[in-house]
Amino acid sequence: MNRLAQGVVMLLFGGAVLRASLTDMYLRYVKESLQPFLIGASALLIAAGVMTLWYELRRGDGSAAEPHDHGGGHREPRVAWLLLAPVLGLLLVAPPALGSYSAGTAGTALSGEQRRVDFPPLPQVSLVELPVLDYATRAIWDDGRSLAGQRVRLTGFLTTDGSEQYLARLVLSCCAADARPIKVGMTGQAPTGLADDTWVAVIGTYVDTTGVDPINEATIPYIDVESWQTVPAPSRPYE
Amino acid sequence: MWRRYGDAVTLSEPGTAPAAPATRGQRPSGRSGRLRSRGDRSVEILVALLIALVILRSPIAAAVDHPMVQTWTTIFVAIMVQALPFLVGGVAVAAAIAVYVPPSFWRKALPRHPVLAVPVASCSGAVMPGCECGSVPIAGSLVRRGVSQAAALAFLLAAPAINPIVLVSTAVAFPNNPEMVLGRGLASMAVALVIGWLWIRLGRTDLLRLPHRPELDDTSRHRAFWQALRHDVVLAGGFLVVGAAVAATINVLVPQQWVQAVAEHPWLAVLVLAALAVLLSICSEADAFVAASLTQFSLTARLVFLVVGPVVDLKLIAMQAGVFGRRFAATFAPITLVTAVGMALLFGWLLL
Repeated sequence: MNRLAQGVVMLLFGGAVLRASLTDMYLRYVKESLQPFLIGASALLIAAGVMTLWYELRRGDGSAAEPHDHGGGHREPRVAWLLLAPVLGLLLVAPPALGSYSAGTAGTALSGEQRRVDFPPLPQVSLVELPVLDYATRAIWDDGRSLAGQRVRLTGFLTTDGSEQYLARLVLSCCAADARPIKVGMTGQAPTGLADDTWVAVIGTYVDTTGVDPINEATIPYIDVESWQTVPAPSRPYE
Repeated sequence: MWRRYGDAVTLSEPGTAPAAPATRGQRPSGRSGRLRSRGDRSVEILVALLIALVILRSPIAAAVDHPMVQTWTTIFVAIMVQALPFLVGGVAVAAAIAVYVPPSFWRKALPRHPVLAVPVASCSGAVMPGCECGSVPIAGSLVRRGVSQAAALAFLLAAPAINPIVLVSTAVAFPNNPEMVLGRGLASMAVALVIGWLWIRLGRTDLLRLPHRPELDDTSRHRAFWQALRHDVVLAGGFLVVGAAVAATINVLVPQQWVQAVAEHPWLAVLVLAALAVLLSICSEADAFVAASLTQFSLTARLVFLVVGPVVDLKLIAMQAGVFGRRFAATFAPITLVTAVGMALLFGWLLL
């Protein structure tokens, strides 16, 4: 790949990442906190692409040669062609956030989470919106004490594990590559007839039923569902 | 000395020695026909490829609609996007070092004797945040700047593993086991020192091939900076694509039940986690959390995972092969792997 093409590829890659980081698209792949660094890096990449084009075109339409000696000398790297893969991934495929496929093939990762010892009391209102992870840790590690008698609202997507459908949310530590599911089982008026990957918000209360994840034998907490509704997929799909 | 090598007219016959010193100011316009040799079609190929892909957009989208393919692509893209700031940042620092820092600085900053330079270089690795994507190009530019190979390699090993971000992430991932942070820091430092001193002992400076960098001889330092940045980004980036693709493939195809069955055997667990660390190529800031989630495994086995990951994995091997040459990578990787496992087991036994 000659220098001009490299410049073009850098422009494309930088542009693709910049576009992803300025919209909500980047949230499908990495955390929010990475956004300023993504913008900076992609801007630098675009600048490098522009400067490369500038220098190459200034030489006079490629009439100045590029080094082509193969005898252990310097040759423009051919692996550079591989950089088209993420460019195409971002621009052409633009894959969605991870969903029930990942959640269904991995065991619930609650035991891998940093163990909490503090469970601040929930605000005394009729309905509390809780992240799925928060609910699961309070249910398992605090035996639901801080959840007693409290109506909570959990938002997650549906995933089937074995024969049962769970409410799940994927938790990131770094990026989507290390996403692990947190699953919550549902009793009571659980949603029925919905396909996996449907995003729902369930309102319910804590119940001390627990289940076992068939994949890794970990404990799955349950929520007694009072009502539910489908919701649009959130822009921040991971917790 | 090849001055203004970048402007020289190079004959592109294979096997000939690198071109004679520049024909300054002489630009044989009549030869422009011959100069459009095979390599120059890159832009045309690129454009044709992109046009074809845009036209075939819908059939391609239909083909990748399977959830496994989408998951694979998401993980692949995620790794590339996550790594990008570190890659570009590391390469920018490397290019800046290569171009703007005078060679005399390195000769003054590091002890002359390689045996002393190794520990100093290892400690300086602690101030370079970012994952291993950045340390390979930087180590390359250090060698180019006259730093001894052993010290540069010690830096390459220490930087991704003992910088503050990684240690903090390890502390957060193992809040009930702060000895994991200590174990990781000490073991990784030990690996850098051992390999650095071993490299001096081996005395095989011929193993490290540094590709000729004509753009660095450019009289315009700013142009040299951009040229170096471009070259390193596409080189390291291309290899990163390989690593990310393999990591995504493993991530999508390895069932967790197998992992559990293996974790129950202590020696198998260590070997498997070491192999996993090499295969998964996870950024050193994140591997602590992945290790924390492998609750079925002992802390010692997970320490092996944490120590091996930043110093040898597919991504790094591929990058090192690209920057330093295949012979180097073939020697360096196994030695480092054995040392890393050994040091992790040692400190695991001492601390955990």
